[in-house]
Amino acid sequence: MDQQLERLLDELRLGGLEPAQEKLLRAEIEGAGVHGIATGESGPAEGGGIRPARRAYDWHDLPVLQDLFPSANPFLQCLRSIDELLERDNQREKDGFPRKIRVGRLIKPGKGGKDKVVVVPTTVEEKFVHDTSTTPQDDEKASGGSGEGEEGEVIGEQPVREETEAGAGGAGQGQGGPHEMESSAYDLGRILTEKFQLPNLKDKGKKRSFTRYTYDLTDRHRGFGQVLDKKATLRQILETNIHLGNVPDVDDIDPSRLLISPDDMIYRILSKEKDYESQAMVFFLRDYSGSMSGKPTEVVVAQHVLIYSWLLYQYARQVESRFVLHDTSAKEVPDFYTYYNSKVAGGTLVASAYRLVNEIVDKENLQRDYNIYVFHGTDGDDFDTDGKEMLPELTKMMQYASRVGITVAKFVMGTPDGTEMERYLGKSHLLEQKPELLRMDAMPQDADEARIIAGIKKLIS
Amino acid sequence: MELIDQRTKKIMEGCKERARDAGLRFDSETLEYIVTNRDLIELTPKLMIPNLYDYWVHDVEVLREKGRYELYPSNPYETVINTRPAISYYNDNNPDWLNVMIFYHVLGHIDFFQNNLFFRHTWDYDFNGRALSDKRLIANLRAEKGRWVDYTIEFTRGIDNLVGYYNELSRVHRPAPARPDSRLDYYFDVFLQTVKGVRTHEYVKEVERYNRCKKELGGLGDQAFFSEIAAKHPEFEALYRKHLTRKDGRRADLIQFLIENSPFLQKEDNRWMRSIMEVVHGASMFFQPQIRTKILNEGWASYWHERLFLQDDRIRGHEVEFARVNSGVTVMPRVGLNPYALGMLLLYHVEELAEKGRLSYEFDSLADADKRKIFDRKTGQGKEVLFKVREDFSDFTFINSFVDQDFINKHQLFVVGRRLNQQRMVWEYYVRSRKAEDYRQMLLDQLYHPPHIQIDRALAAEGTLYLVHHFEGKPLVADFIPNTMLGIEYLWGGPVKLETTEAVASPVGQPGIGYGPSDAGERVDLQKQVQFRRVVYTMQNRKLSKQDL
Repeated sequence: MDQQLERLLDELRLGGLEPAQEKLLRAEIEGAGVHGIATGESGPAEGGGIRPARRAYDWHDLPVLQDLFPSANPFLQCLRSIDELLERDNQREKDGFPRKIRVGRLIKPGKGGKDKVVVVPTTVEEKFVHDTSTTPQDDEKASGGSGEGEEGEVIGEQPVREETEAGAGGAGQGQGGPHEMESSAYDLGRILTEKFQLPNLKDKGKKRSFTRYTYDLTDRHRGFGQVLDKKATLRQILETNIHLGNVPDVDDIDPSRLLISPDDMIYRILSKEKDYESQAMVFFLRDYSGSMSGKPTEVVVAQHVLIYSWLLYQYARQVESRFVLHDTSAKEVPDFYTYYNSKVAGGTLVASAYRLVNEIVDKENLQRDYNIYVFHGTDGDDFDTDGKEMLPELTKMMQYASRVGITVAKFVMGTPDGTEMERYLGKSHLLEQKPELLRMDAMPQDADEARIIAGIKKLIS
Repeated sequence: MELIDQRTKKIMEGCKERARDAGLRFDSETLEYIVTNRDLIELTPKLMIPNLYDYWVHDVEVLREKGRYELYPSNPYETVINTRPAISYYNDNNPDWLNVMIFYHVLGHIDFFQNNLFFRHTWDYDFNGRALSDKRLIANLRAEKGRWVDYTIEFTRGIDNLVGYYNELSRVHRPAPARPDSRLDYYFDVFLQTVKGVRTHEYVKEVERYNRCKKELGGLGDQAFFSEIAAKHPEFEALYRKHLTRKDGRRADLIQFLIENSPFLQKEDNRWMRSIMEVVHGASMFFQPQIRTKILNEGWASYWHERLFLQDDRIRGHEVEFARVNSGVTVMPRVGLNPYALGMLLLYHVEELAEKGRLSYEFDSLADADKRKIFDRKTGQGKEVLFKVREDFSDFTFINSFVDQDFINKHQLFVVGRRLNQQRMVWEYYVRSRKAEDYRQMLLDQLYHPPHIQIDRALAAEGTLYLVHHFEGKPLVADFIPNTMLGIEYLWGGPVKLETTEAVASPVGQPGIGYGPSDAGERVDLQKQVQFRRVVYTMQNRKLSKQDL
């Protein structure tokens, strides 16, 4: 793998590479780490591992003395009252105050990370309080300790990744499996649609049958039935009479001379019909290269959870989702859980993911039956600095996709003219030419929930 | 919730007797309840006060990651509640020996609540009872005013961490003034300086005039002096009388100030809001001492449960089980701060110091290390000093006075630092310092400390509420400023300004390139170069703007 990357880097260098860029690429390639599934447990690593320090105010009598913790139930109760909360929030807006309810937090209630994953409406009570984040990080993390050890001696360590891993902090080990995730995501979608007035989707007309049926007076039947179809009956009578030679001149028909057989009566009859619904296929693409460590992944993943939930609601659960992770090569993963929790490592080649999606769509002939949406989350870095591989794939994708939405979570003090992806997409003018098909949203990597939702609006409206 | 059974109550009464014999002092009535998980679900958001008023935020999971304890100065899962009678909560399947340990712990807390002077203002009433009447008041208002009640609660809670807790304490503790301000004091100290704002030479002229009157007329001097004032300033008498009746308004905190002075709240239609603000203010005031005595309070309770349990003859045979549970409570973790352990060890330390007479000038002035080691006056004052500490100290004074090098050495304490190892991609925890002053500073840095925000009264009189945040090294959380100010503006009914300090990101280094963990070290450096500037936020017509000062 490493050799592969080295070779890739060499090729790129031959193609002309600025020193700054090379440094960047090298950093990413050399960054330690392998993809894996974050377990969601930030427990001590084996051998000298250490837990983040608890502060004095984190200790309370009930847990310490009696092992009493409030259970996970409140969250479920919260979901039940969500309608009331949303209504309250709407009222707030009418009264001229900002909304207070936030959603989209996936949390693991209870201990040990084995509990179900649920979506919880949350809020925050704003006050004037001191912000500790501007003090040097070192001091902030200072804590007390006890036991042996000289000054300067290392007494334990904790992997960096674990702490910054977005997936790990967000989702937990869902005991009930994908179903739990789906049902709460559906609720979340409903909330999002109602609360943020996300636009409804247009029915694109691509249909696919389901095992669902409706009953309608569509079938015709001769002789008996519920409603007489007069036009069809008249036509049938005429046909019979022509056969009988009862109509000498078709340009001058005297209806009073026509013979009417009971068999000619045509009725509409109640019949079972297959129902057709539009169907969506959503591809989620996530850059899980080394540079995505921490915040960018958090933003991207949070946004994809929201989009996923929203589509789930929009299509009344008739959404099929495919998940693709990519660094320099892309792979499809089976479920959202893996998608959500995979750790970052390696370099970046955006084209690989787009190529994979194109292949999947091609092979499975998906564009015939589906509205296809592609959402891609990245930090905007790409080894393919001028997009000469990526742009053709993207153009191909835009032939069948209903919408391609690209989220760039960029480092706050990034390069002034945008990241590589922003640059080459800008040069290609695809964004201006096909605004109904391609959207891009670049946000700072420390974007808050409101910004993420605004981003969704931009991507899908 | 139900009360514990009679048998268990009897055990509690036995604990009370033994605790009294050991010197603890508390009311004899207490209430012990069995709580289930279901009860806890309801109690936790209400800060364990069963009768606290209803508020919708209690039903929502609250995001607390940002300065959690700064936002909520109270203990969400406390066993004992400082009410009359004191309430405490128990798991229904605790074995007797464990209940004995917890009872002693609880009695330690009750003793602390009822004797520590930082709780002085909570002694004279039952908070739970008052909460019930407050809850009914709010429920009634809600039936009448609907959602506006919740807005009022919300906006007042937005500033409930700025309550003048120490004002309240000093009001409670201050002896009644021996005599009201004399007319003379008022004339020279307040009337001339504040009301009239006279220049210095005029002021001096008045002083001279007064002296002349006294000299020429003797006993009638005052009368003559003031008759002249009455002629010159006809309003003087009325102002003086008003001054006498006025409460000490100068020291009102933000909520009180709004209640008294907000033009919006003075309106007939809005007067009801003031009672809600009083309720929120009262609740906040009630919780203030708890968070300021966390370490001392828990240490005190742990000290006594350990002492008294081991002396208790009723539960012989459970020492090993006790030891196991107790060590979970009272052992200092390798990394982190356990207030139970820290407080308890420090109390033992203080007891030893007092017992040996080391809390004295004589010991302090002793320089010889060997002599210091064997210094022992056998004063027998350990207990006495401990009870004094329990009465007069808060976390700050406790830590500041007694964390010394001997204490650090005895318990092998140190300050833990964290740094990045770039090769191995791990955070390394290391022993940063074993010096007492560093350890003390680390502790003090972690203590609860709400921002110090004052009201500029002169500007408020002109219609703008001008708040000044005194900068103490940390800026305010910027995300929270808009909504907090929105709330204040609503309650004030006019423009609100906040003068504060914020960090300026200095464009040093090349943050554009490089990301990820490989240069996390650089980022630390970046953060160290933070610069600050004064700014003024203005909230007017629900629009926030900001200017540099």
